[in-house]
Amino acid sequence: MEKEYRLAFVFLLEQVLNGLLVGAYYLLIALGLSLIFSLGGIVNLAHGAFYAIGAYLAVTLAPRIGFAGAFVASPLLVALLGVVIERLLFRRFYRSDPILSLLLTFGLAMIIEQSLRMIFGAAPLPFSIPTEFRGQILLGNFIYPRYRLIIFGVALAAVIATWFLVYRTAFGRVVRAGVQNPDMVGALGISLQPYMTAIAAIGVGLAALAGVLLAPISGVHPAMGAEILTAAFVVVVIGGLGSFWGVIAAAALVGVVRGVTIYFFPPAGEASMYMLMALVLLLRPRGLLGERIQKFE
Amino acid sequence: MAHSHDLTRRTLLKGAAGTTALVGLGMPAIVKAQSDVIRIGHLTPITGFLGPLGEFAQMGVKLAADEINAAGGVMGRKIELVIEDSVNPQTASAKAERLIERDKVAMIIGEISSASALAIGQVANRTKTVFINTGANSDALRGESCNPFMFHIEAANSMMVTAVGTYLKNENMIKGKKWYSLTADYAFGHDLFKVAKKFVSENGGEFIGEELVPTDATDFSPYLLKIRQAQPDIVASNLAGNQITNFIKQYAEYGLQFPITGFGFDTAVAWGAGKGNFSGIWPLIWHHMVDTPSSKRFVESFSKAYGKPPENQSWGDYNSLRIVAQSFEELKSTDPQKLAEHLRKGAKFDILKSREGYFRPYDNQMVQEMYAVRAKDPDKMSNQWDIYEPLGSVPGPSEDLEVLAPPKDGTCKMPA
Repeated sequence: MEKEYRLAFVFLLEQVLNGLLVGAYYLLIALGLSLIFSLGGIVNLAHGAFYAIGAYLAVTLAPRIGFAGAFVASPLLVALLGVVIERLLFRRFYRSDPILSLLLTFGLAMIIEQSLRMIFGAAPLPFSIPTEFRGQILLGNFIYPRYRLIIFGVALAAVIATWFLVYRTAFGRVVRAGVQNPDMVGALGISLQPYMTAIAAIGVGLAALAGVLLAPISGVHPAMGAEILTAAFVVVVIGGLGSFWGVIAAAALVGVVRGVTIYFFPPAGEASMYMLMALVLLLRPRGLLGERIQKFE
Repeated sequence: MAHSHDLTRRTLLKGAAGTTALVGLGMPAIVKAQSDVIRIGHLTPITGFLGPLGEFAQMGVKLAADEINAAGGVMGRKIELVIEDSVNPQTASAKAERLIERDKVAMIIGEISSASALAIGQVANRTKTVFINTGANSDALRGESCNPFMFHIEAANSMMVTAVGTYLKNENMIKGKKWYSLTADYAFGHDLFKVAKKFVSENGGEFIGEELVPTDATDFSPYLLKIRQAQPDIVASNLAGNQITNFIKQYAEYGLQFPITGFGFDTAVAWGAGKGNFSGIWPLIWHHMVDTPSSKRFVESFSKAYGKPPENQSWGDYNSLRIVAQSFEELKSTDPQKLAEHLRKGAKFDILKSREGYFRPYDNQMVQEMYAVRAKDPDKMSNQWDIYEPLGSVPGPSEDLEVLAPPKDGTCKMPA
């Protein structure tokens, strides 16, 4: 009997640790979404579409410049696209009713998804983990695919880089001031526009980075962006709008709660994150670590 | 200012909800009406998680129309397709009615989702219009939901199970083995799991795990850990569409070695997985390596038109239109009542297999051969389409074709 309990505990522990890895997967998708929302107030429904473009670029570029090349090129290209879209579209909506930017990005998501369908077809495109990253690592009896550990490492690096940029540079100081009080930043003679452009580029670039990394382990098809977008929103909402650490905590929490739910009751696996969101909103309406942001009050 | 705070957060939540409702507003592709044409409605999902298959369906039916028209049409009249995205059961039902009442189509071909097929079938029955289902597998459509105007060229779930099950028995993969299954958590998956479990238990296998997987799951790792913890002999997939692609990719990622099989399958999802990911034994209603003269001709003209071999979904829609054209020609009429009677009376059709197929009057199911395939060693694949090798066909050459058809258990009650 005791042995059985110990075994159940070990199995559960394995799910919890795996949930943290899955959290990295959610974090990569949600981080950029959170950035763009915090600074510009744009609820970017096209975030999933940029993730899809990232994956399609990886599939297209990898045979020519290798996976490593695509890993660098795809986020950069999508970030450039982000610059164009910020300059042409987002910029006009920072101060207007949020419903307008919602409609804009919703339309953008549909246009991108249909374009991918017209160019590449609706069928999933074949793409695999590069041979050198295949295989699994056994720690005791726990199994970790090497590729997932790489994703975890990249997510960690992305978080550290973003944190450094936002909290330890002059650039970040202006961005954080802009989040709190854009008018005051303007009064001090600093134009927020280039910062907005940079943040949009970084945000969608991160989405593309997630697309590249997940393309080898999930289906590359036109609707892949719509598939992950809801989860990304849930993570941002649980974490708290505008909170850097909140998004990280929420991604880990969602990964673990989902893993444990699937261990006990698989049909509720995907529903668990929505239940978690409802619970968090009931107890902490601003999310786990949501800050009080003047312009949203 | 408290209001705008609320507005923002609510808007974000609404946005999250909105994304789940991303629907494709596809435009109907109507080739402009000519005076004396025979219009055929084609209705299948081309967006959503069945979209990849729907695209192959459209390619198949268009190719058939082009071939028929190039050969002079039907009774000297050209076939004109009215093609629409069926989206979901409500839209499918509304569009079926519009096709019949506004566009005056002679009959309707298509569908992949069992729920939408049911909705179209009801419209067909009410308006007395023939509907040939080319992709929905649920046995219930051939059972309690059957009706005299809904025909099925697609196999029922129980046919898929028996087809692959025959090979699994030959490979000693059922008797005394521990099975672990993942099932898509909606009508199709439940229906498929029910017949699969019956088959496995009757043949001496045992399920030690049977998990339901929500259709919006993209990460399978918690399920894979549970499978590894349970140490089954066989892992069985009753998943659907893009789920299968995600599952086989991550199964390979976690390096699990338990043999895989599946009871529902479409080639497109495996083509989309990528090298070194696909494994196992799977059932198919038809595949592009079926070695008959008409099958080879189809593969050749399809590859020429689209630059890739046809998928099993293309087979269904291609053949349905050819069956209808041939029947109209023989009847010298496009009368729906006559068409339905003709199809049910045992007319035989070349469906690109070694034996001809026919619709049986009990439930309007096409009685036909089926196939099983085994994933190829990645090193032996000659190109991206060459992913499996045929294991053969069931029933065997000396067996009655009907042994594969769903049991006549009396649930289908056709009005006399």
